[in-house]
This record gives sequence, structure tokens and C-alpha cells, in this order.
Amino acid sequence: MAKKRPIALLSELASHKETFGGDMPLAPGHRMCIGCGIPPIVNEVLLAVDKPTVVATATGCLEVTTGVYPVTAWNTPWIHVNFQSTGAVIGAIETAYKVLKKKGVIKDDEDIEFVAFGGDGGTYDIGFQSLSAAVERGHNFLYVCYNNEGYQNTGYQKSSATPIGAYTKTTPVGKARVGKQEPRKDLTMIMASHGIPYVAQASPHVFRDITKKVRKALSFKGPKFINVLQPCTLSWRFSPEDTMRLAKLAVETLYWPVYEVINGRYWKVNIKPKRVKPIEEYIAAQPRWKHVLKYPEIVEKIQKEVEEKWNLLLHLEEMSKKLAEDEGIDYEELFKAPEDKK
Amino acid sequence: MAQKKVIALTGNQAAAEAMRQINFDIAAVYPISPQTELMGFFAEYVANGEVDTEMIAVDGEHSAMAACIGAAAAGARVITASAGPGIAYMVENLYVASGMRLPIVLLDVNRALSAPLSIHCDHADSMLTRDSSWISLFSENAQEAYHNIIMATKISEKALFPIIVNYDGYIVSHSIEDVEILDDETVRNFVGPSDIHRIPYPLLDIKKPVTYGATAQPDYYTECKYQQHVDFLKVYDIVREVFDEFAEIADVKYDFIEEYKTDDAEYIGISMGSSFGTLKDVVDILREQGKKVGAIKIRLFRPFPVKEVAEALSKAKGVAVLDRADSFDGIGGPLFKDISTAVMMSQNRPFIHNFIYGLGGREVKEEDFLKAFDRLERLEKGIETRDRFVEYLQVRE
Ligand SMILES: Cc1ncc(C[n+]2csc(CCOP(=O)(O)OP(=O)(O)O)c2C)c(N)n1
Ligand code: SF4
Ligand SMILES: [Mg+2]
Repeated sequence: MAKKRPIALLSELASHKETFGGDMPLAPGHRMCIGCGIPPIVNEVLLAVDKPTVVATATGCLEVTTGVYPVTAWNTPWIHVNFQSTGAVIGAIETAYKVLKKKGVIKDDEDIEFVAFGGDGGTYDIGFQSLSAAVERGHNFLYVCYNNEGYQNTGYQKSSATPIGAYTKTTPVGKARVGKQEPRKDLTMIMASHGIPYVAQASPHVFRDITKKVRKALSFKGPKFINVLQPCTLSWRFSPEDTMRLAKLAVETLYWPVYEVINGRYWKVNIKPKRVKPIEEYIAAQPRWKHVLKYPEIVEKIQKEVEEKWNLLLHLEEMSKKLAEDEGIDYEELFKAPEDKK
Repeated sequence: MAQKKVIALTGNQAAAEAMRQINFDIAAVYPISPQTELMGFFAEYVANGEVDTEMIAVDGEHSAMAACIGAAAAGARVITASAGPGIAYMVENLYVASGMRLPIVLLDVNRALSAPLSIHCDHADSMLTRDSSWISLFSENAQEAYHNIIMATKISEKALFPIIVNYDGYIVSHSIEDVEILDDETVRNFVGPSDIHRIPYPLLDIKKPVTYGATAQPDYYTECKYQQHVDFLKVYDIVREVFDEFAEIADVKYDFIEEYKTDDAEYIGISMGSSFGTLKDVVDILREQGKKVGAIKIRLFRPFPVKEVAEALSKAKGVAVLDRADSFDGIGGPLFKDISTAVMMSQNRPFIHNFIYGLGGREVKEEDFLKAFDRLERLEKGIETRDRFVEYLQVRE
């Protein structure tokens, strides 16, 4: 596979203190697989936050590998309670902060941000109720889903983020069935339907985009949600140096559109590939999925899903521009990062 | 000196009053009978600005306990309340809370577990919590529920273990009684102000980043649990200290157990919660008939006051353990096993028998407990025989 590496390795990132403004929030020395997409996502997100940050994490690969008693990789206050109620946990910590500030227990000038990380299992499935409820209550936090399209910590079972046809341990490829039978759920759309201030999809290979999105998200009070596709070298079964290449391919084949939504009303597609690559190229790069190339009817379904979603997003974007115009809102200004605003 | 006033309140109203006075930082709420109206009463205080408490109306009890854990780790003083299935739903998180050594107050307005669904009282819900390393207090009436909540807040923070205050659904939660209420200032002084440094490692102390909820491999898990084990044994002294401090403001001296006419008693009945009033009446009836009987109430259920119970039973001939829950295990109810352990430690190891009563809100009458004493005496004297330790008291077979 590709020899070109567009992004530095984590160890290189970690040694660039001057570039990345001090110690990494998630220090090297954790136990994630070599080439795992999670650490760059976590550090890209947390390095974009310029205030002290309390982090909550759902059970999953990130959690089991970073706080292993009696050591921790976290350079920031961190809590893991369980698999399924990370929304409630981060919301309650933020509420505690609010009430303790009101009571004068915490000083006025102590500004803290609240960020949660959950895998797709802990976000799309078992933790969805708790997240949806926390978002409905309007707590001030940012929730980031690192989406590796399966329950990786338990050895790769299907989640509702797993794409159609993909092999997992609960959706094997057999004579009667070929991998997962259902298409993936679109959680980003569902989160946007909550009408919260900020929702986005992002990919770790463009970390400038993640930085911008996090800064933008935090400029809003209330719940914010970012869904980041995270290639998993172990279960998708590509070689560790190809993580970012996989992420890039997902975007170039329109499999993972990079976009953002403000107030569930205004949509903007951030990356529009000049030359869209065929979905087969992305599928072929993943042994967990490439068997579907033998089944044209499945590939067709995937192609259709991807195209339809892309078209919908482009229409939503056009619609948003008109809507903003009708309402006398400057559409471009709306999507600017706080530092670029007029 | 504390000002007191006596007002007529239901158990839920008395609990809401304690919550108002303590002025918790966070209350996580989710409705379930017979707890529901408690949080309704409290919501009125919040709506009228009588407390600073932020109410978090969560999506379910699992999230309620998760919210309590998050907020308590942050450094806030937190409370939640539930019953029956709601307690069952939060069990996973109960273990997380105690493993993290967080002070949290949970009110369990005792309710039966499904199926069949029943909204009425028994203690099956609380028995789900008995091995969870939560401190657990049982209340006989609204007065005790009110006192227990105030004491629990302090016990939990001193011990760094979460605490459950139990009071019987409907029987206590919805019955009106005279309750002696302390003045707000006395209660607030007793529990002390909000302060994130009440706990050693608050998450919101951003200058000292801490990790909560790490995994532990086989090389450390046992040591973590052993620390918890050792510290949970220290809870006895802490509870006693707080009971003593409370006596100074409320003029009631509580103990782990309450003994009624046990000094010379040959036969002793033991129960928890609201049925103790009936049990004492039955003791009086039997005493009038010349029988030497007595009664014990368990107030501190976890950690279990095994020494105190052993001591109280040391001269008895027979003990009837009255369980408001079944264990379905061929041995007996949950309380029966605890008392059996105490009997093992007592001087003369009295005869012991187990009766299950009051399931799913079945009303307890004097005649039921009279039957229990009668059966106990006959068994102990060898007039009757048994083929098992446990029997249902009130049942149509
Ligand atoms: C209540 C509960 N059910 C199941 C599990 C087992 N479990 C732990 S992590 C995990 C999968 C996590 O998947 P995901 O959220 O996608 O995160 P990833 O492992 O992929 O990082 C499962 C099923 C658990 N810890 N708790
Ligand atoms: S299994 Fe996948 S997601 Fe988990 S640490 Fe390894 S590469 Fe990362
Ligand atoms: Mg996953």
C-alpha cells in the first residue's frame, strides 16, 4: 500500500511539544494497537480546546487502554463510569460545575470545558438513550464518537454503525448470509435532528478540519456532537501505516462525507472531492469487507446508499443557503471558526 | 440549641423536607411509584427557588446513578431516589459508585420486583444492593426516614462510601404521621456546606488531574477490592460517631439495632422497616400472657451489625427472623442468613427459624406475628417439627 504518509506518527506528534502547545492530553504509553486511529482523534480534539478540560469516556478500546491501574495516560481530569451512560455522566459533571459556580464553591474565573468520547457501540447503540437525553436537556458539552464501525474491544462484533455486507464475529460470511444484512444507521443525521447547536462529521486525516470543528463547536453553549470515522487496523485488517490512507479513501469515495450542521437547520459540506473514487477502492482496502466485491448486488446497494446520502447532503446545503438568505443570515459567516469571524 | 417543630407529613414529604434542608447540589430524578411524588414535592422547592439544587431529570435510573457518580466525582453533593425495578435497573452503577468511593445518597422507597408487577412494598429491591458495598439504613417510619437522610449525608461523606436510606413504599411513603422537624440552620450546620474538597480527589480540581474508573488487571484488582473491604469495616465506627453527633441536635440516640424487651426474652422476633411497630405490639400482647418475648429491629443493614445482634441474642432460646423478601435458594430469606451468621457468633446459639411476610404490599397483622412466635416456640420445644428453615407466614396454599 501507499508509502506516502501525509500525517506524522503519534510518537512524532508527542515529541513536538512546541508545535502542539505543551504536553499531549493523552500521553504516549497507552496500550492501543499500533496504527489505531483513536489516539490521533483524541489528541486532535483535545489539543483544539484551549481551556482545562474534564473528559468522560465510555467503556471500549480507548478506555481499557488508557487508564490501567495504577497508571494512566490521561493528562487531564478523566472519568469512565460504564459503557452506556456517558451522556448522563458528562452532563452531570457539567451541571455540578454550574451549580458549584453559582454557589461560589468554584471561582468565577475558572472556565472548564467538558468533552466525552464514546465508541460507536457506546454511542449508536447501548449509550444512545443516555446521550439523546443529555442532549435534550441541553447540558454544555462536546461529545465525540470515534466510530470504528464495530465493538472492537470485545473482538469485533457488529454495531449499528457497521456497514452492510461487512464481516464481524456476529455477522460472519457464510453460505446462507454474507456479513451484516442491514445498512449502517446514520447517527449524525439523528443527532442533527435533535436541533442542537452543532453537529459534524469529520475524518482524522484532516486534523485542521477537526481543530476548526472543535473550536467552532465550543463557541456554542449547549450540546455538541462530532462523529469521527476511525479506521481500526486490527479488525478492518489493514496494515498499521495505512490508517490515514483508509480515512482519506473513505472521504474520497463519499463513504464518509465531512460536513457540519448548525442548529439542525444549516448544513455545509466541508470536503467535496474533485475526483470521486469508486467505492470499490475503499472496500478492497479492507479484508473485513472486501468479500462483498464478489456480490455485485451488495456493492450496488452500498453505492446507492452512498450516492443518495451525498445528494441529500448537497441539497441540504443548497437549501440551507436559501434558508439563511431568507432569514437575513450570512451563511458563510455562520460556519466560520471563531478566530476567523468578523 | 436546635429549634424543632412537629408537623404532619407523609414519608415522602418528610424526605423532601430533609432534601430541602440539606440543599444538595444535584438531584437526579426519574419517576417510579411509590417514590414519584417525593421528587414532585422536591421539584416544587426547586421551582420556587427554595433550594440551589439542580435537578437532572434523566432518561432512566441507570442514567440517574451514572449522573450521581459523575457529579459526585466532580465534587458535588448528590442524591437520587427510586424503588423496585428502578433500583434493579441501576445495580450495575451501584457497584461503580462504591468502587470509586463516592459519597452519594440513594433513597429506596421499598417496592417489590416484577414479575408479577407490583408497586407495593417489600424489601426485594434493597436486597439487590446488599453486596454492593453501599452503606444501608432502614427506617421504621417517616420520622426515622427524615433523620436517616440527614445522618446518611454525613456518614457517606465521612466514610467515602455511598449510602442507601430505605423506607417502606406506601406504608411509610404515603402515610401521614407527626414528624419532628429540625430547623434549617441546625441541619445545614450538621451536614456542612458544599465543597469539592469534601472528597480527596474531585474531578473539578483541574490543577490536580485525576483518573476515575481505570481498569484493573488481575495483578491489582484484588488489592483494590481489599482496600474497599478494609475501609468498609471502618464504617461501623463512622456510623456510630454520626449517630452520636446527631443525638446532640435531635435528642434521639440511635443505634445499629433497636432492642425491645430483649433483656430477659427467651424468644425474639427480628424485622426491618415499618413492620417493627406491629412486632412490638405483638411482644406486648404476649408479655401480657406471661411469655418472655422481645423484638429487634435492624437499623444499620450494611455493614451488618453482626456483633451487636450476636450480643442481643446471646441469652435467647429461639429467634424468628421476619424477612420481607425471599431468596429462592432453599435456605431462607436474605435477613435470615445475616442473622444466622450472628447466631453462629452468639454465646448459646439459639434455635432460629425464618418467616417470609409482607410480600408485594401484603398487609401485616398482629395475628401473623403471633403465629410466628407460636410456631417458633413449638419448634424450639420440639412439640412440632420442620423440614426446612423457611416458611411463608401469610399465604393461601
Ligand atoms: C453493560 C455492558 N455490556 C457489554 C459490555 C462489554 N463491552 C465492553 S466494550 C464493548 C464494545 C465497545 O464497542 P464500541 O463502543 O464501539 O467501542 P470500541 O471497543 O470499538 O472502541 C462491549 C460490548 C460492557 N462493558 N458493559
Ligand atoms: S482494536 Fe481497533 S479500535 Fe481497538 S485499539 Fe486496536 S486498532 Fe484501535
Ligand atoms: Mg467501536
